[in-house]
Amino acid sequence: MNNILVAQEVTKKFGNQYALNKVSLSIPENCIYGLLGPNGAGKTTLIRIINQITFPDSGSVLFDGRPLRPQDIASIGYLPEERGLYKSMKVGEQALYLAQLKGLTKSEAKKRLKYWFERLEIGDWWNRKVQELSKGMAQKIQFIVTVLHQPKLLIFDEPFSGFDPINANIIKDEIINLKDQGASIIFSTHRMESVEELCEYIALLHNSEKILDGKLDDIKKQYKNNTFEVIADFENTNTGLENLKSHYNIGIDEIKGQNGHCHFNVRLPSDDTKRFLADLSTIASVNSFVETVPSASDIFIKTVKDKNGK
Amino acid sequence: MENSKLPLIIRREYMAKVRNKSFVIMTFLSPILMVGMIALIAYLTKVNDSDKKVVGILNQSDYFSTDFNITDRTSYIFFEDISLEKAKDSTLHLGLSGLLYIPDYENLEEVVMESYFYSKEPPSAAVLDPLEDVFQERLRQRKLLTFGVSPEEFKLLNQPFEINILTFSGKQNLKGINELKAIIGGGFGYLIMMFIIIYGGFVMRSVIEEKTSRIIEVIISSVKPFQLMLGKIIGTSLAGITQFVIWILSASLLLFAVFMIFGIDLTGLSTQQSLPSPLGAPAPVDVPMDAMQLYAMEFLEIPWVLLISLFLVYFILGYLIYSSIYAAIGAAVDNETDTQQFIFPIILPLMLAIYVGFFSVFSNPHGPIAVGFSLFPLTSPIVMLMRLPGGIGDGGVPLWQVLTSILFLIITFIAIVWFAAKIYRVGILMYGKKPTYKELYKWLRY
Repeated sequence: MNNILVAQEVTKKFGNQYALNKVSLSIPENCIYGLLGPNGAGKTTLIRIINQITFPDSGSVLFDGRPLRPQDIASIGYLPEERGLYKSMKVGEQALYLAQLKGLTKSEAKKRLKYWFERLEIGDWWNRKVQELSKGMAQKIQFIVTVLHQPKLLIFDEPFSGFDPINANIIKDEIINLKDQGASIIFSTHRMESVEELCEYIALLHNSEKILDGKLDDIKKQYKNNTFEVIADFENTNTGLENLKSHYNIGIDEIKGQNGHCHFNVRLPSDDTKRFLADLSTIASVNSFVETVPSASDIFIKTVKDKNGK
Repeated sequence: MENSKLPLIIRREYMAKVRNKSFVIMTFLSPILMVGMIALIAYLTKVNDSDKKVVGILNQSDYFSTDFNITDRTSYIFFEDISLEKAKDSTLHLGLSGLLYIPDYENLEEVVMESYFYSKEPPSAAVLDPLEDVFQERLRQRKLLTFGVSPEEFKLLNQPFEINILTFSGKQNLKGINELKAIIGGGFGYLIMMFIIIYGGFVMRSVIEEKTSRIIEVIISSVKPFQLMLGKIIGTSLAGITQFVIWILSASLLLFAVFMIFGIDLTGLSTQQSLPSPLGAPAPVDVPMDAMQLYAMEFLEIPWVLLISLFLVYFILGYLIYSSIYAAIGAAVDNETDTQQFIFPIILPLMLAIYVGFFSVFSNPHGPIAVGFSLFPLTSPIVMLMRLPGGIGDGGVPLWQVLTSILFLIITFIAIVWFAAKIYRVGILMYGKKPTYKELYKWLRY
């Protein structure tokens, strides 16, 4: 699979402060790539470098296999976290202006805007002024303007902020739709549940450095540690559990339940689920036995904590 | 494709400006206010002038008989063969400004010593001055008579004299023509200063608006910050030029209309102010027709084409320099209240240029201070334009000075725009910090 974007040892300093320190990333074509990290980790700087708003002190960025060129901005759509519209301009006029800045002709921009305005059900806002719009409305227009020129690479920085859950879902579906149509998407956010839902790949930035990247599934596999969540009904809670505890690593505090109905986590020494299940079934009837896979959020918190601990 | 973006930005900035409500209101209200002010001043002057003071005179002395000439401001009523008390009564009843009493004595000194001016309120200088002049003249004449100067000879003494001034080539030079030229140049300089302050401020506010509305990052992911800055400056200036043209056209039309309606005589206004004629002295020598013609010729000989083309050069360069600084300031701050500390250093050279222009260039258009400030790039657009109506070369500004100042201006323009663009590029993406000069210096190295 080709990479739409490759960053090679990109370094950027502001004064004496590193914003990015030798960050290397490969973003595969036609996927949703999550760019994660705490505030101030360097995400926005990296995104601004990709958009050629700022330039790296050293290192290089390849777009579609060759070094990033000024005209590539026509192939990139960027929805910044700090976004807004001219307040006193009319909605349609403003969308046309922004689309033309991206290189669309006026008539083409008009045609596509009409399509999108109808699609997101804001057609009757064309002649209104932006200051009359609700925040969610304005966000929809910004989303449209970002994707209107059908760029190969889309960069969304916190795209769901300012949306109510219903509209956030509409936008999420649109993002998936765009990916299905062939776009590559960089997705920067703090909202981990949306990362889980959307991202195929992630990279984690922390203190200007990349500390983790790869396929989300692979990373999760690395981070799981044979922990299982068990729900079972014991015939005799006390003796049964004591028995299990002497053989397996069960956190006492994690045991919840009454009248023999128990809910606990167990960490097995190896992948030996067969023996544990056999042992368990002799003293209890098992309702549920599920491997606990760490969430992106868990991984995020754990890696950052580990890094800080060092 | 790159090239088609700048016109887009210019167009948007222009439209945003000319559609702005307060801009529209100012465009159409200002000429009305301006003309209203001028008309009011003209009207008040006229009213003031028509309010003549009338003074009663009870003259019992032969020393003063025909000396009291009616002037623009004062006229006189002569009482004859009545007592002082009666004259006072009449003065009060008639509502006159006062009564001058000149008693009858043997010699002039005594008459003068015993003369009194009676009035209800302290008399104004406009009333007293002509009266005092009469006494003074009479006393001087009297003194000179004792030295053997006859009244006829005395009249000759008072002939005014003006020295004839010529250029080296023998052409007649005119008094005051330098001042006139400096005023024309000053007008141009003043225009530049006003334009910079008003529309530079617009550029700055427009940058701040883009920052506070957070649209800036959306825009500069499509165009280079420098393009945006340039488009903003050009668009705003075009809006400014539109406004200026509307102002000048509508103000002239209105002014013409107002003067037609109220019949205020402009020429009358100006002569009254400039030529107060002293009483007693012979009537001022009429400016001979050929002198008037000379003034007109000099006026026509002001190198207008050169002046206007150089005005455009200095205007464009000066405005671009200053408005880039304004744009950089707008980028550096989050809101308008933070701009004060940065604006003062910009206004300073502009004010300096105007003051230096009016105090130094008027009196000596080619003196060292005038030359210095017309070369210094931050003041040259204003000061040089004040010197230029004298022409270039012989008798005017040496050609090398014009070329040097333009060269300095171009170098400064490139340097300032480069600095401003750097600060702009960094500043537009900085939020929530009130920047210091130290910080701005750091941004230059990002």
